[in-house]
Amino acid sequence: MKATGGSRASVASGDWARWLNRLGPLLALLGVFALFAALCPPSFRSVWNLETIARQTTIVGIAALGMTLVIVSGGIDLSVGSLVALSTVVIAWSLGKSGLALDPWAAAGLAIAACALCGMGNGLLITGLRVVPFIVTLGMMLVVRGAAKGLSHEQKIDAPDTWLNELLATLPDERRWLLVPPGVWLLVILSILIALVLRYTRLGRHAFAIGSNEQTARLCGVAVDRVKVWVYTIGGAFGGLAGVMQFSRLTVGDPTVAVGLELDVIAAVVIGGGSLAGGEGSVLGSLVGALIMSVIRSGCSQRGWPNWVQEIITGLVIIAAVALDRLRHRRTA
Amino acid sequence: MTKENESAVSPIVAVPAPTPRLEMRDIAKRFGATVALEGVSLCVAPGEVHALVGENGAGKSTLMKVLSGAHRPDRGQMWLDGQPFAPPNPLAARHAGVAMIYQELSLAPHLTVEENIVLGLEPTRWGWIRRGAVRARATEALRHFAHAEIAPDLPVSRLPLPAQQLVEIARALAVGCRVLVLDEPTSSLARQDVERLFGLIRQLKQQGLAIVYISHVLEEVKEVSDRLTVLRDGRSVGGGQTAALPIAEIIRLMVGREAKELYPRSQRQPGELVLQVTDLAGTGKPIQASLELRRGEVLGLAGLMGAGRTELLRCLFGLHAVRRGQIKVGVWSGPASPLRRWQQGVGLLSEDRQREGLAVALSVADNLTLSRLTGFGPVGLVLPGRQAAAAWRWIEQLNIRCRAPHQPVAALSGGNQQKVALARLLQHDVDVLLLDEPTRGIDVAAKATIYQLIDELAAGAPSAGRKPRAVLVVSSYLPELMGICDRIAVMCRGRLGPARPVRELSEHALMLEATGQATAN
Repeated sequence: MKATGGSRASVASGDWARWLNRLGPLLALLGVFALFAALCPPSFRSVWNLETIARQTTIVGIAALGMTLVIVSGGIDLSVGSLVALSTVVIAWSLGKSGLALDPWAAAGLAIAACALCGMGNGLLITGLRVVPFIVTLGMMLVVRGAAKGLSHEQKIDAPDTWLNELLATLPDERRWLLVPPGVWLLVILSILIALVLRYTRLGRHAFAIGSNEQTARLCGVAVDRVKVWVYTIGGAFGGLAGVMQFSRLTVGDPTVAVGLELDVIAAVVIGGGSLAGGEGSVLGSLVGALIMSVIRSGCSQRGWPNWVQEIITGLVIIAAVALDRLRHRRTA
Repeated sequence: MTKENESAVSPIVAVPAPTPRLEMRDIAKRFGATVALEGVSLCVAPGEVHALVGENGAGKSTLMKVLSGAHRPDRGQMWLDGQPFAPPNPLAARHAGVAMIYQELSLAPHLTVEENIVLGLEPTRWGWIRRGAVRARATEALRHFAHAEIAPDLPVSRLPLPAQQLVEIARALAVGCRVLVLDEPTSSLARQDVERLFGLIRQLKQQGLAIVYISHVLEEVKEVSDRLTVLRDGRSVGGGQTAALPIAEIIRLMVGREAKELYPRSQRQPGELVLQVTDLAGTGKPIQASLELRRGEVLGLAGLMGAGRTELLRCLFGLHAVRRGQIKVGVWSGPASPLRRWQQGVGLLSEDRQREGLAVALSVADNLTLSRLTGFGPVGLVLPGRQAAAAWRWIEQLNIRCRAPHQPVAALSGGNQQKVALARLLQHDVDVLLLDEPTRGIDVAAKATIYQLIDELAAGAPSAGRKPRAVLVVSSYLPELMGICDRIAVMCRGRLGPARPVRELSEHALMLEATGQATAN
């Protein structure tokens, strides 16, 4: 048992490979952007268009933050799209129609709390009934969608004009100094927060451990069930916040909005290096994944390509991203 | 173990029939620095049952993996019915007529008996399965068994375990096997099912099959086999006609060796009682277990695989349900959960480091610190830099070969992985260490490190001024237990015997007790 000093000298070369791996998705984003910049008219590169891309990314991006946490812990949440719809409905309903006439802050808070509660329901059902997350959240997707429709009597709910509508609206001239709308800034701040949570808190480290090997986590005394409930609750809360952003774009409560959004969100996480087997994923990656999809969407429409071309390209990018990721893993393993 | 002894009982060259059904000659295989097989030869005639015996890690399973095509030998040759035989993969070996029946059955539980029997070689016409032919083939394969429970159209999961085993043998027969390997086939069978299986084996002998029979239960080996070969440390150390070898002699050949300088032993002083188990029973095994463990003492649990030793440790650690009995850790005797055990200063080293002991995709530092992520930063934060610093300490102290603390554990060798798993208990600074097969599948150098560490922990080192720790070790390797333990208790079929000081014990006596023959002899 003698100390050999390990081999600290060779750490540096390992670090390089690690950074390259981590920046892989970012390079892919730059590549896709450069490609469309070459193909599209100059308007694609305009500040205005960049802002549009950022705004379009915000809804998926915020939901992807929660989803990153869920996927890192080895789970999945299919109810996000429905949560977004529920959130818009709850906001519109509590702002006006219900007679509560809540303050916009309270309305948004109520919506987020409702969605967090649904997320907590996901977590409790998954851990309590020992049913796989895919099934539980698939059920929750329908339950929440139904609840949103019931609350709104299957109609759009109009809401009074409040500052919530400006969260993702194009900036008026007097607030140009903000560069991007407040919603985008919120995404940036929350991204940093979640990245820090994943890396520097016990919740984050435990989520990685559970996703990587649940048995090991249990052996090491990690309160697996409690961590999972937290993870899904946070996932639900971010779904609710994504709904606030969605409301800002719609300015009404719409129970039929964001159908299939969960797949975009999952795709963003997966393109960014998240593994559906758990234990892998990063906030930066997920954001980049969401941005890649927005860039493709924007580029295709600028180029005048129809919607179906854009869908085919997005699909191919998802498959290519994951295939590349697996290839990289095989090489480093 | 003397020379004359070995030469007297190794007539391996004498081949009973003109062409053996299976011949393996001078097979050698290494994994890295570990020698798994060193010049093993095996020769089985048609209609012969040849038993392969040896302790865990003696090389039996490696030899069979070579035979089944799962490993390529580094040296040596094989013949099937006089034809050279070098299967590139398990499928090729199966097609050549080598069938393996493992302890864990490999049937598809949702498919029916007949679907399982023809799986992979379904008779078809233009892509459509011919159900009549399937039924005929399954009936033909099942004909030997006269086992009424096995209806061809029943899902396999509805059959009791012994019947499932028969289905697996029937599948082997359906592919026209010539060599049948049975690996611990009776470990989960009741006595009357064992009788029935032996009846079947005798019947298959009549048909000229060569049967390799691997078992720990030497009584059964005596009963069913014609000849046997004893493996120890990857070599054949003896064998011959089963009838000519008494069980005691077989055990002597299996155990063989002297304990070497491998096992350091400092002055240890048994202190206060830290773990007291009274009349414990789990939902399956253990059936009955009581033990006492003191600071400054290493207690060994010997026994065969499946005797319930692992289950006992898991009950103690709150990973398995306890049906009856009491566990007292220090002053606590409430319900157990892994979290609570860690907080009480108890740590468990899992026997399966790949699937449970370690999260292999995570880094060395993450694995080391997972059981206690406190104290790595202000306000409950976990700062990777401090995690890494903690990891460096153990990397240096245990000489763990890795590039850096952030390297994934999967990239480390088995011995170094095991050191990481063990270092977790040290990092947590536990008082009671429950070690399940701490040296399974690792090289001698890593073993030596771990033995030394166990000794230091029990003696109060490595941290100066630290109270001695209590260690409970489960191992299937008797020389190791004899070398490192102060006392050893034997577990046999779920029941734990009394712990006795190691100087009053011999490997021979332990082996007899573990196989349940202590009273017979």
